Amino acid sequence: MIRVNNIRKSFGEQDVLKGIDVDLYPGKCNLIIGLSGSGKTVFLKSVLGLHNVDSGSIEYDGRMLGDLDKNETKKLRQEMGMVFQGSALFNSLNIEENVGLPLNFFSDMSLKEKSERIKFCLNKVRISDDDFTKTPAELSGGMQKRVAIARAIILNPKYLFCDEPNSGLDPETAIVIDELIHEITHEFGMTTIVNTHDMNSVLEIGDHVILLQDGKKTWEGRSEDILTTDAKSVVDYVFRSKLFKQMRSALKK
Amino acid sequence: MIYRFFEGIGEYFLFLREVFSRPEHWKEYYRSFLREVELLGFSSIALVCFISLFMGAVVLIQTAINLDNPFLADSYIAIAVREAIILEFAPTIVSLILAGKVGSNIASTLGTMRVTEQMDALRVMGINPASYLVLPKIIACLIFFPILVIFGMGMGLTGGYLAGDLLNLVNTEVYLSGYFMEFFPHYVTYSLTKTLVFAFIIATVSAYFGYKVEGGAVEVGKASTKSVVAMSFSIILFNYILTDLIL
Repeated sequence: MIRVNNIRKSFGEQDVLKGIDVDLYPGKCNLIIGLSGSGKTVFLKSVLGLHNVDSGSIEYDGRMLGDLDKNETKKLRQEMGMVFQGSALFNSLNIEENVGLPLNFFSDMSLKEKSERIKFCLNKVRISDDDFTKTPAELSGGMQKRVAIARAIILNPKYLFCDEPNSGLDPETAIVIDELIHEITHEFGMTTIVNTHDMNSVLEIGDHVILLQDGKKTWEGRSEDILTTDAKSVVDYVFRSKLFKQMRSALKK
Repeated sequence: MIYRFFEGIGEYFLFLREVFSRPEHWKEYYRSFLREVELLGFSSIALVCFISLFMGAVVLIQTAINLDNPFLADSYIAIAVREAIILEFAPTIVSLILAGKVGSNIASTLGTMRVTEQMDALRVMGINPASYLVLPKIIACLIFFPILVIFGMGMGLTGGYLAGDLLNLVNTEVYLSGYFMEFFPHYVTYSLTKTLVFAFIIATVSAYFGYKVEGGAVEVGKASTKSVVAMSFSIILFNYILTDLIL
């Protein structure tokens, strides 16, 4: 479990995170939702340790991020996988090399074992063997996201972070990505944290949903509850569209 | 502005400390080094040879016109051309050209990796991006730039000889013998020492500007331009310092 205790982060005069407390559970898709500019990405990067928080603490199964020495931090990093919003694949490497990079650095596997592991992970995200030698520029946005997921899970991480994994994708591909994340989380028992503002993702894969507004947590609960809760922050965020208003009234009846 | 300048110098040395931290995996660094040699080194051979060939020809024409004296043997023109190419044109001009070609490539590549979160991806994996991305580039430049400068010297001298022959400006036999007269090997050592310093400046200054990019595509372009300006200033300054110290 990842325990986030009262973290604050500001950039210059601007306070972005204003004291967030939250527990992120293993084996579940923990979704961080909120409007653009609500602090979702800064929150995710702070939990990852890419941003140093101004105050508060982040605990990974009892290990305090920031109190760990260099080797412990490196070990913890190998337990993390991250899918970036823009995929962040390395342009100079082909798909196979991109996915295999963490293995080259941090595993003692033989070439054959590495190759099998890469194939397993890429096939898991429905990338066919024919595409292994392509460069990221030759792939569609959806395929790039799937390769990024394969790279994130290559070391079999305990914690999987996804920053808006289906942004810029068509609805069908977005559902495929959501299903993949959900499937991987439950199959491997990962603690998965997904940043999104896609309500479809919330309803499809959200086991545990956290709503951020203006750098603060304003609601937390199950995805089933989000349609029926009377919390003002959720009502303001979710029920602006006619479709959700109709769904809510239907559910209330 | 002065404060910002010294802050930048401090950040540059902190960046170097990060770059020279212990590599996580030597084999991966070696692979990356080979890629950089191809990208930064081999791809520059044609450019360096072309520029050096014509630079040598121009130096010969200018020297021959200015030393057009019946009491002065053509071998002295050859000596002047040789010294000009070995001491200054090959190491300094080639380095300035490489600052434009290789330096801007390094700055824009790293800048793009920064803004597309590829560096963050490496950090999440537990890989030090400064070391993994920059150290192989520095080593590739340090090893390959002297080779390029030696090519430059050879092509410059060839260009001088060909221009003299084709334009009938010198007696080619006498001229050629002049290339081997009063030759001080120390000049080549001096030239290659300068090249090593310039290679280090090009690799690290451009990497620093690329690594520190914040923003988007516009900032990457700005960083690339700034890096070329900073490299050019540094090369000219260190050219003076090294000449004063070594020669």
